[in-house]
Amino acid sequence: MSEKILMKGNEAIAEAAIAAGCRHYFGYPITPQTEVAAYMAKKMPKIGGTFLQAESEIAAINMVYGVSSTGKRVMTSSSSPGISLKGEGLSYLAGADLPALVVNVQRGGPGLGGIQPSQSDYFQATRGAGHGDFHMIVLAPNSVQEMAQLTVKGFELADTYRMTAMILADGTLGQMMEPISLDFDIAPAPAKPWATTGTKMERPHNIVNSLFLKPEELEKHNFLRYDRYRTIEENEVMYEEYMMEDAEICVAAFGIASRVSKNAINEARKQGIKVGMIRPITLWPFPKAPFMKAAEKVKAILSVELSMGQMIEDVKLACECKVPVTLCNRVGGMIPSPDQVLKAICDLQK
Amino acid sequence: MSTKQILLSGFGGQGILFAGKMLAYKGMMEDKNVSWLPSYGPEMRGGTASCSVIVSDEAVGSPIVSNPDVLVAMNLPSLDRFEDSVVPGGMIFYDSSLVERPVKRSDVVAYPIPATKLAGENGFSTLANMILVGKILQALGEFDEEKVLNTLNKVIPPKRAEMIEANMKAMKLGAEL
Amino acid sequence: MVVFDKPHALADVPLHYCPGCTHGIVHRLVAEVLDELGIEGKAIGVAPVGCSVMAYDYFNCDMIEAAHGRAPAVATGVKRADPDEHIVFTYQGDGDLASIGMAETVHAAARNENITIIFINNAIYGMTGGQMAPTSLPNQVTQTSPYGRDVKACGFPIRVCELLSELDGPEYLERVTVNNVKNIRNAKKAIKKAFQNQIDKKGFSLIEVLSSCPTNWGMTPQKALEWIDEKMIPYYPLGVYKDRSAKEEK
Repeated sequence: MSEKILMKGNEAIAEAAIAAGCRHYFGYPITPQTEVAAYMAKKMPKIGGTFLQAESEIAAINMVYGVSSTGKRVMTSSSSPGISLKGEGLSYLAGADLPALVVNVQRGGPGLGGIQPSQSDYFQATRGAGHGDFHMIVLAPNSVQEMAQLTVKGFELADTYRMTAMILADGTLGQMMEPISLDFDIAPAPAKPWATTGTKMERPHNIVNSLFLKPEELEKHNFLRYDRYRTIEENEVMYEEYMMEDAEICVAAFGIASRVSKNAINEARKQGIKVGMIRPITLWPFPKAPFMKAAEKVKAILSVELSMGQMIEDVKLACECKVPVTLCNRVGGMIPSPDQVLKAICDLQK
Repeated sequence: MSTKQILLSGFGGQGILFAGKMLAYKGMMEDKNVSWLPSYGPEMRGGTASCSVIVSDEAVGSPIVSNPDVLVAMNLPSLDRFEDSVVPGGMIFYDSSLVERPVKRSDVVAYPIPATKLAGENGFSTLANMILVGKILQALGEFDEEKVLNTLNKVIPPKRAEMIEANMKAMKLGAEL
Repeated sequence: MVVFDKPHALADVPLHYCPGCTHGIVHRLVAEVLDELGIEGKAIGVAPVGCSVMAYDYFNCDMIEAAHGRAPAVATGVKRADPDEHIVFTYQGDGDLASIGMAETVHAAARNENITIIFINNAIYGMTGGQMAPTSLPNQVTQTSPYGRDVKACGFPIRVCELLSELDGPEYLERVTVNNVKNIRNAKKAIKKAFQNQIDKKGFSLIEVLSSCPTNWGMTPQKALEWIDEKMIPYYPLGVYKDRSAKEEK
């Protein structure tokens, strides 16, 4: 194992992307993710890559679309308001079945909102990134090490399934430093015979396109895409269980909320409360099965979120409301304290 | 104690983030679990900067320090804001050349250090932060000169290597107070 | 003896354009240039949203369909992916390039992005049925300016070549038209130069082609070609607006 170094979450994403073979980055400055762009600006010229500060988030995602069309690994990063602007491009990437890695280091909203951490783009990431029927693979790291690992994983999944993988982080994870090992296993990228790299006069032309004026044809493409989504739901779900073996109360939390919850769970255990946690690592596909299983034995589920209650809907769907699911939250850039979560756990125990 | 939760706070530009990085790095190099989390805001200089550092034998949960074992206050607003949040029995280090009042609480150990004044007198006026770091490590029983120097070599990038000596001097000065 | 043949780079499929529309002519000119410069195999075209949205079916080189107005950003990505191998062009209309995509256009020009842009200016939105374009003339009647374009309420037309010529970035800017044989020959020359510039790594070249839209202008094809002479050219004078290399050689 390589020596550990102390690194910011945002920088870990950039470093991991380079390790994964990404040589093209397009972005636009926005707090709290700007370190990704700054890191790329410094590194890319030294390794023959491209860093380009685009004129807008919209231009950046379309530059990503252009590079991806040629089959190369490419990424952009932003924070909440910027991701809204990228929505158009995300929909086109989906419609044209192009792989890409997009990072959202979330901040509070709506509107200009604030610059402090948030998880209030959960719906946007898992359901409504843009118009039309589509999904992105949504990966939710909860440490600097995972920021890096899931970036590598994101590129691989994006290539495998020809779609966007999104890292859904937040301001805390982007800004914090933790020790990280930069040893990655990088799988080679798959062949991309569909890429528009010039025909070399050796094959019929390739077309990257999301326009299908015949409804029968467009419907067929949507059905095929959703067949692929089913495969992903079967094979790519990731989650972590913490102290769930004997749990009577289950905490559901991802990202920074899972770290706060862990403190609260450890404290509650000291008080004799049997509480555990299911931490989704993929938010789409959502880990439905573990919640269904938990609902067979726990008496309540507590969804801890930095939002007005977004993931809680997936938790309820996953466990089919077999047990009460309640919310413990702070919003607008505030983070629940371990004490707040502990109190919510104790309230459920009563 | 297996976990130290440290909160550092002061004006932007006083080296709060770097002081925190030094403490985190030293912990990491001793195979502890560590985290470092800055406050971030629109202002680059002036304003208030703070930084949460956790050094622990166990995996770090939340990286946010709300009830520090150790508070470092480099200005009065920081002491005003965070004094009450320190755990009973905790430690408060503050720059007594800038903070004009004593610590009010009696259930914590207060370390008034005239860091800015000492830094100016000793020819490294920008290193008041490192005088405080030296004192903190000494008070925690962790000021091992060799380990501290190893950490400095890691934290300070090679192109600023000439800064290592002054930083070391400042920390030693703090440790010897 | 074959005296007239389809360029190899032009696909052998029926085009969907209205009778009398000049898109077909410009498509052919682009394809002829791809043939003559021997770059079809390296070329990657970016189609817009608008009447020429299906240009991706009409050229035999690799093609990408972009979101409305974003073709210069997409082309930037394609070019940067392999600057030595890829010959990248966009083919855009006035709404696409000068309205919704103005930022992408201006910034690609400012960066002197080494791409070729074919800009069809027909002073109207064709595909959606004849609405006012950023290049519609003062008092021009369209579906969304039924009483004529009132410049007090909707502003003035945008002269793209003139606007971009103020930037230090772009290499080559020329306005041409295709309403008669002489002008078509001249347009071909300009388009060829715009691709040659890219091969020579000189940078951003944009050729604005004044085009006709008989359907939405409500004219016969012949009258529409005359309207270009009578109304459009006075507002949009033909000519070279920037030729940096030529200037530097002087």
